Amino acid sequence: MAEAATDVDMRTRLQEWLPRLVLSPSLALVLFFVYGFILFTIYLSFTDSRILPSFGMVGWENYSKLFRLRHWEIAVTNLAIFATLYIVICSLIGLLLAILLDQKIRGEGFIRPIFLYPMALSFIVTGTAWKWMLDPGIGLENTMHLWGWESFAFDWIKNRDFAIYTVVLAAVWQSSGFTMAMFLAGLRGIDNEILKAAQMDGASTWQLYRRIIIPQLRPAFLSAFVILSHLAIKSYDLVIALTGGGPGRATELPATFMYSYTFSRNQMGIGASSAVIMLMTIAAIMVPYLYAELKERK
Amino acid sequence: MSALKTILKATAATVIVSASAAYAEDVEVLHWWTSGGEAAALNVLKQDLEGQGIGWQDMPVAGGGGEQAMTVLRARVTAGNAPTAVQMLGFDILDWGNEGALADLNAVAADQGWDAVVPDALKSFAKVDGKWVSAPVNVHSTNWVWANKSVLDANGIAPPQTWEEFEAALATLKEAGVTPIAHGGQAWQDATVFDAVAMSAGGPDFYKSAFIDLDAEALGSDTMVEAFRRMEVIRANVDENFSGRDWNLATAMVINGEAGFQMMGDWAKGEFLNAGKVPGEDFLCFRFPGTQSQVTFNADQFAMFDQGGVVSDQQAALASAILSPSFQSAFNVVKGSVPARTDVSDEAFDACGKQGMKDLAAAASSGNLFGSMAHGHANPAAVKNAMYDVITAHFNGEYDAATAAEELATAVEIAQ
Amino acid sequence: MSIASSENAVSTNRVARTFVYLVLLLFALFYLLPLFIMLVNSVKPLSEITGGNMIAMPEVWTLDPWRAAWSSAQIGVEPTGLRPYFINSIIMAVPAVVLSTIFGALNGYVLTKWQFRGHNIVFGLLLFSCFIPFQIVLIPMAQSLGVLGLAGSTPGLILVHFVYGIGFTTLYFRNYYAAFPTELVRAAQIDGAGFFRIFWRILLPSSGPIIAVSFIWQFTNIWNDFLFGASFADADSQPMTVALNNLVSSSTGVKEYNVHFAGAIMAALPTLLVYIVAGRYFVRGLMAGSVKG
Repeated sequence: MAEAATDVDMRTRLQEWLPRLVLSPSLALVLFFVYGFILFTIYLSFTDSRILPSFGMVGWENYSKLFRLRHWEIAVTNLAIFATLYIVICSLIGLLLAILLDQKIRGEGFIRPIFLYPMALSFIVTGTAWKWMLDPGIGLENTMHLWGWESFAFDWIKNRDFAIYTVVLAAVWQSSGFTMAMFLAGLRGIDNEILKAAQMDGASTWQLYRRIIIPQLRPAFLSAFVILSHLAIKSYDLVIALTGGGPGRATELPATFMYSYTFSRNQMGIGASSAVIMLMTIAAIMVPYLYAELKERK
Repeated sequence: MSALKTILKATAATVIVSASAAYAEDVEVLHWWTSGGEAAALNVLKQDLEGQGIGWQDMPVAGGGGEQAMTVLRARVTAGNAPTAVQMLGFDILDWGNEGALADLNAVAADQGWDAVVPDALKSFAKVDGKWVSAPVNVHSTNWVWANKSVLDANGIAPPQTWEEFEAALATLKEAGVTPIAHGGQAWQDATVFDAVAMSAGGPDFYKSAFIDLDAEALGSDTMVEAFRRMEVIRANVDENFSGRDWNLATAMVINGEAGFQMMGDWAKGEFLNAGKVPGEDFLCFRFPGTQSQVTFNADQFAMFDQGGVVSDQQAALASAILSPSFQSAFNVVKGSVPARTDVSDEAFDACGKQGMKDLAAAASSGNLFGSMAHGHANPAAVKNAMYDVITAHFNGEYDAATAAEELATAVEIAQ
Repeated sequence: MSIASSENAVSTNRVARTFVYLVLLLFALFYLLPLFIMLVNSVKPLSEITGGNMIAMPEVWTLDPWRAAWSSAQIGVEPTGLRPYFINSIIMAVPAVVLSTIFGALNGYVLTKWQFRGHNIVFGLLLFSCFIPFQIVLIPMAQSLGVLGLAGSTPGLILVHFVYGIGFTTLYFRNYYAAFPTELVRAAQIDGAGFFRIFWRILLPSSGPIIAVSFIWQFTNIWNDFLFGASFADADSQPMTVALNNLVSSSTGVKEYNVHFAGAIMAALPTLLVYIVAGRYFVRGLMAGSVKG
């Protein structure tokens, strides 16, 4: 009897610990490979590392150099412009397309993959095609001229002040279909009964969307925000493929800056300090969001 | 003690187990020569080694003129898994050499007499502390102008010899409705042109003190302002769509007769030959006006990574195969560059190649051979890129000539 | 939800309906344009590309660029084409996708149905890991792989992709399982079913759509990764993207754009296929899971 009791005891205890046990490998891996590496980067940012990590401390020198660089200033400003426009435009287009597709469209099964497929391709694959399209000499502008629309002008990619918007354009092309899928899923998840009731009360379609449907899409908006902002911050191959950071340095983003200083310019210390600033910015935006989200769900 | 050594020691056991034991008879070669002709030329080397019973593990990583490969190299070295031999350029070799990561090739070099046949300017990128650490494959010269002969003939233009003649030729072409200069607006291409323009505007001594000695006075001098002013002349003679264009497409403009000239290194020749054009008949190659007796160069080399203190037999075999006259000739005929050794016969080369070899030998003996700033052979990567920033910003209209010279001096100071 | 099906549909006039189709069509064209350019230029001889209009239809149709990209283009010193790298990518991507999906599913299960003190913090830590820029992990990761003896090998790459995918897969499964009725789990518990048994018998059978989402997301990301593939692979484990990059971005060599485009489409075919085949589960999976509160 006593033996059986301990056996049961062991089993319940195992059952109690099992969930945590199952979770622990993932947590351990992430703690080491993500948070450990972040600490390592913070440490590097205070050293004189150049071609490889080295361990001579230099205090805040890398940070003061970083903020003297106009290059960094441009990269940060660009990220602000890029991320804002990218997130807003993707959400708007995604929402519009989702609403339109939700109108009992014939051939939806055919159209949807067309909207979605850009997400499947990396810019290593589509970069050259994009570059050509945007190039006024051989791309869209030239084609319009050949078709007889002589006054058509689209030379943003060659213009220092507008090139960043072409980066936004290509980025929107890649992920707006994906955003559409998220909103479409949200729309399809809304309870029909509520809508019917509202319609009985005489609400117009516009009111229906504005008052009932769009507010119900809040979770979809939030998911889209997380996915899009993470893509915006990591945007790297996009810029490399489209403009290479040019004209001049007009389309550099923090990710390209970081890579360039760490690996091409052999100034790993400055590269690490830019990474730390970036991570802190991400944390400043994401942590309050995550906190609010997780708290609410309780 | 360098960081590298610590890392190497920490992972030495792994290296020996994974690298040496697994591929006892192989060399693993990291390089970025992946386009048709280049890769085919490298295959000659591979077959040579295989003839000696040495296997070749190919590790190609293209992108950014070797930048991508250098990133990979750093990851590989940090992991304690360095490749046997690595294609490298200029200051990268010296940086790795100073970290103590490269094998000493002096025995092979002495045996084959490299010191006598490799130009001094090139040696300064192949030797660290008197030790040979890499095997030079070729010398690219970067101060070439490529021209469409029929366009020039139609407008009565002879290859210009001075900056003034060049300016006049540009004006004539513009008048005739031809784009005078085909150019791709990427930082490295802007800098390639700037190399030649600065050399032409200030002469070799100025080039040396500004780009190699990084003398603050020369960097901010009136001569530098003049060089930037000449860049504005060039800027005024490129087409509207220059920005971001690949250099090959710029070359295509010259080939198709849409443009008169292109300033580009000798690799541009491959594009002409590939399009079935003949040097001297369809297209012309000549030095940038005012730099006829100078050569600015960059050189591809293979550095050998130290894998346990001594040069392995395979590494020695690879190094001596690279410096063999037959490979030097075979490879460079295809690549458009000229051999790194000056005693190779020019028989197999075309007109431009022959002239390149003659120019190189002359420049080397008269002290007119200089490392190209744009291609990482004049100053370290941090400085080079800082210069790129200013040159490309000025070329795109962000600064005027005087401000650009000032900015150049400041940027170099921050980067050092 | 469907408004169009109710009385509104009757009042929606033809004009508005035509307008809806027109807008959708225009966007479809916009999304298809880059793919169209790639396709058109992959079946042209090179001279037509460098000599003129890059958007025009080919005058001479040819499949040679496709043949070259697959089996005879120079990737390294030997003219192997992309063929040998295809298998490398598959060997790397499939285990990494499967592993990260399994762990994501278990994590999501624990975080929703077996909550413990601090489960939110754990989830927050996993989720924030999605945001780490990969450029900064390169050097420390290389060092770690070296110590583990996994440098320059496919298992090393699998580990890397697995680690940086856990955050996303956990997010997807957690949100999906959050909407799953907890009462069912409790009832099974009372019947004496254990941790894994409940997962296997009750949650897994209804996880189809979210497994599809996780699979699509992970497969696309891993297949398209270049940075890790280039840095942590060896001569004989380089994935497709590295080979494609070698094909298209030579710096001082002649560029064969038609072959580049053919190669690019080839490299993208598996992910395209996954999107087209599994794409319809995608919206369903998102619907049931990640967008619901």
